[in-house]
Amino acid sequence: MNDSPVLRVKDYCKRFELHEQNKIIPSSSNVNLDVYHACLTALMGPTGAGKSTVLKGIYRTYLPTSGRLLYRTAAGHEIDLACADEYQILELRRTEIGFVTQFLHALPRQATEDVVAQPLLQKGMDRLQAQDMAREMLAAMNLPERLWAISPATFSGGEKQRVNLARGLVSRPRLLLMDEPTASLDPTTTEHVIRLIEQIKTEGVAMLAIFHQPELVRRIADEVVVLQQAVGIETVLEEMNG
Amino acid sequence: MAKILEVRHLSKVYGRGCPRCFELTGPEYETNICPACGSVVAAHDVSFDLHKGEILGVMGESGSGKSTAVKCLYFDERPDSGTASFFDDGKQYELFKLNVARQRYLANHRFGMVYQNPHAGLNFDISAGGNIAERLLMSEVDNFAKIRARATHLLTRTEVLPERMDELPKNFSGGMQQRVQIAKALANNPPLLFLDEVTTGLDLSVQAAILDLIMEIQQEMDTAMIVVTHDLGVIRLLAGRTLVMKYGRVIEAGLTDQILEDPQHAYTQRLVASAL
Repeated sequence: MNDSPVLRVKDYCKRFELHEQNKIIPSSSNVNLDVYHACLTALMGPTGAGKSTVLKGIYRTYLPTSGRLLYRTAAGHEIDLACADEYQILELRRTEIGFVTQFLHALPRQATEDVVAQPLLQKGMDRLQAQDMAREMLAAMNLPERLWAISPATFSGGEKQRVNLARGLVSRPRLLLMDEPTASLDPTTTEHVIRLIEQIKTEGVAMLAIFHQPELVRRIADEVVVLQQAVGIETVLEEMNG
Repeated sequence: MAKILEVRHLSKVYGRGCPRCFELTGPEYETNICPACGSVVAAHDVSFDLHKGEILGVMGESGSGKSTAVKCLYFDERPDSGTASFFDDGKQYELFKLNVARQRYLANHRFGMVYQNPHAGLNFDISAGGNIAERLLMSEVDNFAKIRARATHLLTRTEVLPERMDELPKNFSGGMQQRVQIAKALANNPPLLFLDEVTTGLDLSVQAAILDLIMEIQQEMDTAMIVVTHDLGVIRLLAGRTLVMKYGRVIEAGLTDQILEDPQHAYTQRLVASAL
């Protein structure tokens, strides 16, 4: 059917300019990759190669330094996420692009099932239906039912990660970014997550995910992109008035 | 998404002002006091859009001009220059060109304001219910039973016991006074709400409850809000987009998570780095 990529990353670079320390920290440099409908592109490479920076640039949590991040919307328009209007980005986050971050940020007073239901509510789904779907997803993630009504603040790393994944997968975004989705999971739960990822892949979700385990990548990735360590760890800014 | 407010080049100077005020102040001079004439440039060239149902954060330290900008929009202050267009029910209002009566009409019917100091937003000589009634009376709700029912509903919604409706605001705790202020601001279901440091000075647990309330209201009523605060936590929790102000200027604007995780301006970097 449609074999043009959902996302094309062209020569993406990101450097952090730290004014206080007068330093430029390079993170991602010259990253090129494509992500397709119903496929998973795995992002690999050593720590510090800028893998998370690629995902955060696509989600626009980071402002790209250069390069193009061409996203094809459900309506068929091409948008460069690197320079798109803030309102466009917010709308895409609400309706099309999901992000399972490495760490879960949730309010300490919000129940787990509400945390997971949130993306559905933002899409305008009725509260009861959203909660039903959230519970279904938590069950699929193998998270014990006694935890659903409690805030995830006190959960273990693996439990938090399952909540985070459930929230990312529940709304079936068109493009799903995942930062080490199985990093702190035990083998049984990892199997559950792999099955879910395979399932949403058959549903057509395009995925870009950071992984460290090669055997996992061999099983679920359709494409693999390996990033190299950024060169020149720190560069001192030139004095403005020399 | 429909635009509800468009602010362009808003400026406000306290003092007599001189032609050099703007060129001699700002972040690069690290002052908002004009060295030529001693006037204070509270806000200069502030521009932004606000969409329906959106929460915009305005962040900055004391004296950065963030409150001044909001006070101009609520007609508490008169700007020296700039425009603000308010889009409502298919009509467009040029806020700074309206006569005083029209301005008062909009402030009472279509805008809501919640101040840091409850004394600024509430009349302390009349009861909590009376404060809400005052606003409803201005919008021609003149049936006593209807007013009472609406006040009861609003106080219940903001988690103030309706039994305390007839008490004076001075009998309430700081957090409760803020809730009454929010109830009053919401009396006419305004599509636009200004919140100026509403949780500053409250206990942490009370802050959390007030912020939760604000989020619920935004979701239920799709109210657009401008939230002025120096608290990064409030910004993170409430705002989708954020403006950072310093010495009367907007020095940075963007998606809130980007402002907090990848701040571009030296001042914002320092601000984010000093968060607890």
